[in-house]
Amino acid sequence: MRIVRKLFDSLEPHVAPGAKYHKLFPLWEGMESFFYTPSAVTTGGPHVRDNLDLKRMMLLVVIALVPCIIMALYNTGYQIHHVVEQGGTLIDNWQTAVFSATGLPVETSSVLSCMVHGALYFFPILIVTLIAGGTAEVIFSVVRGHVISEGFFVTGTLIPLILPPTIPLWQVAMGTLFGVVIGKEIFGGTGMNFLNPALTARAFLFFAYPAQISGEVWVAAIQPDGRSGATWLASFAEGAGHLPGYTWMDAFIGRIPGSMGETSVIAILLGAALLLVTRVGAWQTMFGVLVGTLLTAFGLNMMGSETNAMMSLPPLYHLLIGGWAFGAVFMATDPVSSAFTSTGKLWYGFGIGLLCVLIRVVNPAYPEGMMLAILFMNMFAPLIDHAVVQANIRRRTQRYGQRAA
Amino acid sequence: MLDKQTRSVLLDPLFDENPIGKQVLGICSALAVTTLLKPSLVMCLAVTAVLIASNVSISLIRSYIPSSIRIIVQLTIISSLVIICDQVLKAFAYGVSRQLSVFVGLIITNCILMGRAEAFAMQNGPRASFFDAVGNGVGYSLVLLLVAFFRELFGSGSVFGVAVLPLVRDGGWYVPNGLMVLSPAAFFLIGGLIWALREWKPKQIEIEPVVEIELEHGAPASRHAA
Repeated sequence: MRIVRKLFDSLEPHVAPGAKYHKLFPLWEGMESFFYTPSAVTTGGPHVRDNLDLKRMMLLVVIALVPCIIMALYNTGYQIHHVVEQGGTLIDNWQTAVFSATGLPVETSSVLSCMVHGALYFFPILIVTLIAGGTAEVIFSVVRGHVISEGFFVTGTLIPLILPPTIPLWQVAMGTLFGVVIGKEIFGGTGMNFLNPALTARAFLFFAYPAQISGEVWVAAIQPDGRSGATWLASFAEGAGHLPGYTWMDAFIGRIPGSMGETSVIAILLGAALLLVTRVGAWQTMFGVLVGTLLTAFGLNMMGSETNAMMSLPPLYHLLIGGWAFGAVFMATDPVSSAFTSTGKLWYGFGIGLLCVLIRVVNPAYPEGMMLAILFMNMFAPLIDHAVVQANIRRRTQRYGQRAA
Repeated sequence: MLDKQTRSVLLDPLFDENPIGKQVLGICSALAVTTLLKPSLVMCLAVTAVLIASNVSISLIRSYIPSSIRIIVQLTIISSLVIICDQVLKAFAYGVSRQLSVFVGLIITNCILMGRAEAFAMQNGPRASFFDAVGNGVGYSLVLLLVAFFRELFGSGSVFGVAVLPLVRDGGWYVPNGLMVLSPAAFFLIGGLIWALREWKPKQIEIEPVVEIELEHGAPASRHAA
């Protein structure tokens, strides 16, 4: 480690204020504080004494995502092998060529084989995301002269988890660039974005290239005749009911088709536990989403419908399928784009749950509604905060107003 | 050829005082009709023609318009002109007129027309008003055509209907960007254009005034005193 320290120290004079390469200071600072705890501390005035800085906080989120990543690797491979066991065939691409070269069996029973096959799809997407987004981040930091933020590590890890394994890599790069630049940087970078950058990236791909992110793209294998590769939600929306060949336990463990990281409720619960214990994610938001979803789904159950099968989907099932759990735990709780006040978080979460179920059930165009619901409520978060703050001010002036006057 | 003042009236609206880029007027039509270049071009011509006619005619009778009902008079003139324009399009370019649908009629509500009538034609002679209208019409058209160019190129792979990027659908390599066909794309593009314009001419960047927070029932300091 001493070599690394020496390297940073020897480079410092070149990027110091007034030096020739001062423009590259954000790059140096970013790498330096990645390796070492920053030595600079706040001087004078009252300030928060806490070791939990932005970098550690973001790192905790990435750690909380690890179970989802592991399940993403496993399930992506598992789904391919599952389809092949049902009579499907592998896609003719480099991933298949590499996988055949390893000599691993195409079987759902072999966990290692599933993981390796899934990794061949997951990691290229992750690498492209990190390169594309990281480049945009560095360019903006250098031009604007602010330090590189680790916020991008979270965004960069989230993006591959909410994409299908079959998405073309150039689309991944375009979506990431859109999410980082339009979703975050043009509003001033980390902390100033009112939309969740990862969801902005996905929304861009969803509207720009719908053919590659909806329908039958969720399993990287060619389906046998008469078998559909759609998600469980799409299957319900079409009135086809349960996804054939899958049980509710599969949905809980995460062995169903879907975006790579969103399927496993159990992995997401592990992440949620870490976020809640460390208080990085707000329980108010998650609780709000839960209540909003259950109440809305229950209400729609009561109403019932003869033509819309989604109306009768039991409330608890809404939590198991689609991107609900992943969105509620990792997307809605994004501290920047969610509401800031505690009461506001409850309302903000409630709105997400309500809208998610409404889009899923009432809107026939989109089988999944979590992404749009969160983005929509992101826009309302400042308004909710404003209402909460104003209500507080009113209450306090009523309490103290007479005495002051 | 032109004196300095006329030149500034004519050329300022192109970049320095662009109706869309600087004043952010006429956005509705910029979102609605710019999916393809051809209807955008027709829209630009229609708006420019109506703008010139309305500016000149309002300027001619500006001394006779009572100040209290001037908006009504301006609107009457503008809407008559728009109806004429709509009829001409229906008679001679029916196809494009169908494509533009209500948006020709909605030129009446285009803020650029009212804005120029109110801000310029009411105070200046017909000659200056004519140049002002030409300048603003061209400034509006510049932005509209630029937005339409990018939307048609990336959304449909063509320019004026001529295939430039061969689509995958027709055996080419280009996957059309579906977002470009939806109106929000125009929002992103206009935002990007304004960004580029302000980067080029930093004078256009507005500095937000600091807003003083005012409490309804006196300042907090007085509360401490009590």
